[in-house]
Amino acid sequence: MPGMTITEKVLARAAGHESVRPGDLVMVRVDLAMGNDVTAPVSIKRFKELGVERVWDPSKIALVPSHFVPAKDIASAGLMMSMRGFAREQGIEHFFELGRGGIEHILLPQEALALPGMVIIGADSHSCTYGAVGAFSTGVGSTDLAAVFATGEIWLRVPESVRFVYEGRPGPWVIGKDLILSVIGQVGDDGCAYQAMEHTGPALAHLSQDSRFTLANMAIEAGAKSGIIAPDEVTLDYVRARQAATGRVREFPVDASDPDAEYAATHTIDVSALEPQVSLPSLPSKAEPVSQAERVAVDQVFIGSCTNAKIEDLRIAAHILRGRTADPRVRLMVIPATQEIWKQANEEGLLQIFAAAGATVSTPTCGACLGGHMGVLGPGEVCVSTSNRNYVGRMGHREAKVFLASPAVAAATAVLGRLAHPDEVGVEPPDMALMSRGPGAPLVAAGTAVAEGGAAR
Amino acid sequence: MIVEAIGHVYGDNVDTDVIIPARYLTSTEAEELARHCMEDLDAEFVSRVRPGDVMVGGRNFGSGSSREHAPLAIKGSGISVIVAESFARIFFRNAVNVGLPIVECPGVTEDAATGDVFRVDLDEGIVENVTRGKRFAATPLPPFMQEILDAGGLMPWVARRTKTGGASGSSGTPGVAVGVPEGEPPQADWRLD
Repeated sequence: MPGMTITEKVLARAAGHESVRPGDLVMVRVDLAMGNDVTAPVSIKRFKELGVERVWDPSKIALVPSHFVPAKDIASAGLMMSMRGFAREQGIEHFFELGRGGIEHILLPQEALALPGMVIIGADSHSCTYGAVGAFSTGVGSTDLAAVFATGEIWLRVPESVRFVYEGRPGPWVIGKDLILSVIGQVGDDGCAYQAMEHTGPALAHLSQDSRFTLANMAIEAGAKSGIIAPDEVTLDYVRARQAATGRVREFPVDASDPDAEYAATHTIDVSALEPQVSLPSLPSKAEPVSQAERVAVDQVFIGSCTNAKIEDLRIAAHILRGRTADPRVRLMVIPATQEIWKQANEEGLLQIFAAAGATVSTPTCGACLGGHMGVLGPGEVCVSTSNRNYVGRMGHREAKVFLASPAVAAATAVLGRLAHPDEVGVEPPDMALMSRGPGAPLVAAGTAVAEGGAAR
Repeated sequence: MIVEAIGHVYGDNVDTDVIIPARYLTSTEAEELARHCMEDLDAEFVSRVRPGDVMVGGRNFGSGSSREHAPLAIKGSGISVIVAESFARIFFRNAVNVGLPIVECPGVTEDAATGDVFRVDLDEGIVENVTRGKRFAATPLPPFMQEILDAGGLMPWVARRTKTGGASGSSGTPGVAVGVPEGEPPQADWRLD
């Protein structure tokens, strides 16, 4: 019998089996169930329709208002009231109020709630992000989440795994976003449909935890069920730092794929040869090197979302924007992923750099990424965005055009008023060790509160 | 179930953002969502669709966001079944969970156009484009997913099983279980989750 992949090992443990194979249907115990302000209110409605009084385990549920925060209108205020009421009624402690939360996919690892070896079910397609700490994590809809609220279990088909082996060392400006855009360009928008993407290889040693979140985050844009990276020292340092900072210290299993595990396919990527990437409208798979892309004039640059609004992303953007201003024709928006990151960026002086560059800096929200609110695009407008989707109508009007790129490309584009390679700005590439300094670009660095009693908040 | 009705035909990668744009996600009601279904891709759809019609898509139908509002909007618009070359995973689960029949059928968009009449036999797994005289084999649903659809969705199915005591072994709330599909033989070609 061949060995198992990390995905198979996590699922087998959660199903109570010695081993599982791709194609098996299993019932798995869920370690963490997450819903946001778009999906959770529907789950709550379904849960009540079922007539069950109590959720299976309030300590394993996280409710995160993120998409329409701060409430953009009366209807969205109602969605958040539904979550708040349910959290109180059911004793769900992990409800993250405005000003104390942020975008769920960065928030839950930061809060040491998403841990290696877990099965995490999130009612949001980018729930695959938690795979970056070695969890099996996938997105579902509201009804599946409601069933998890009631039972603590979910049926899953064990996915085939596709292995991505990254070799070499990333060149100047190249971060996780460039790797994953290039991979999606290679395999296509449904190239890993129903499968688990497993990221491995020696080049990962050069990728910070922040960059790894981006790698796992966009699994869904290749149609995948999940993305996963086996925890190594980078990940374990990050997780332990977050446990210490939040006081949520608990044991977790650390899994790795067996050497004889079987894969549906293996792709090898030489990251040394990779340039900063951009995905042209209106599919993430339309990725190409920025150096080859047409220098289209832009109306808006958005640095934000669960994909690229971590501290590393903000430091890279600030590295380019320091002492420079956005082109007068460009609206530049910077939206840190979580309140903790916002505070860290503030302490490091990054927010002042953005403001001086003519950017607007907002409180954490998914808003602009999905055309929800704050930064909605009008007809024919062009936006370079660090988010994950450039579909028709995604960020506003159906005739708006969205280009996906890294924070470095986005910041350079803001300065020059048109799509730009960071080299065109005339700034040296940053020392990436400095951008991602500390374990996984931790929020506990640079004199924040962890030193005193281990509580950062 | 056999449906014979007009088809509304789309291409590849019909994502949930075009099925129901985020600007309408502050509503959770199928009737309200249906008023804006497909509007960024096909502004005429809402006025053209008739109860019982068929939606036909290419590859990767329902890609993107996990919003269950997407199958709810389509169901609310009166569409009785979606036939596509392939479906994105989360959409597939969501459609079954809200009781919207969905059939994977490679080849179905071949020469097809909106206005063609489609005949979908869900029991036999046969899809015909009557207008073009073409016949395709659909990928059958596994029995437990067919049961969920027949019950009208996951919640009615769970409720039914709970009442009849047909499920057990859950580690969650006593008496409530989603039901265990374990024991179904693994089928490598099932693209259902």
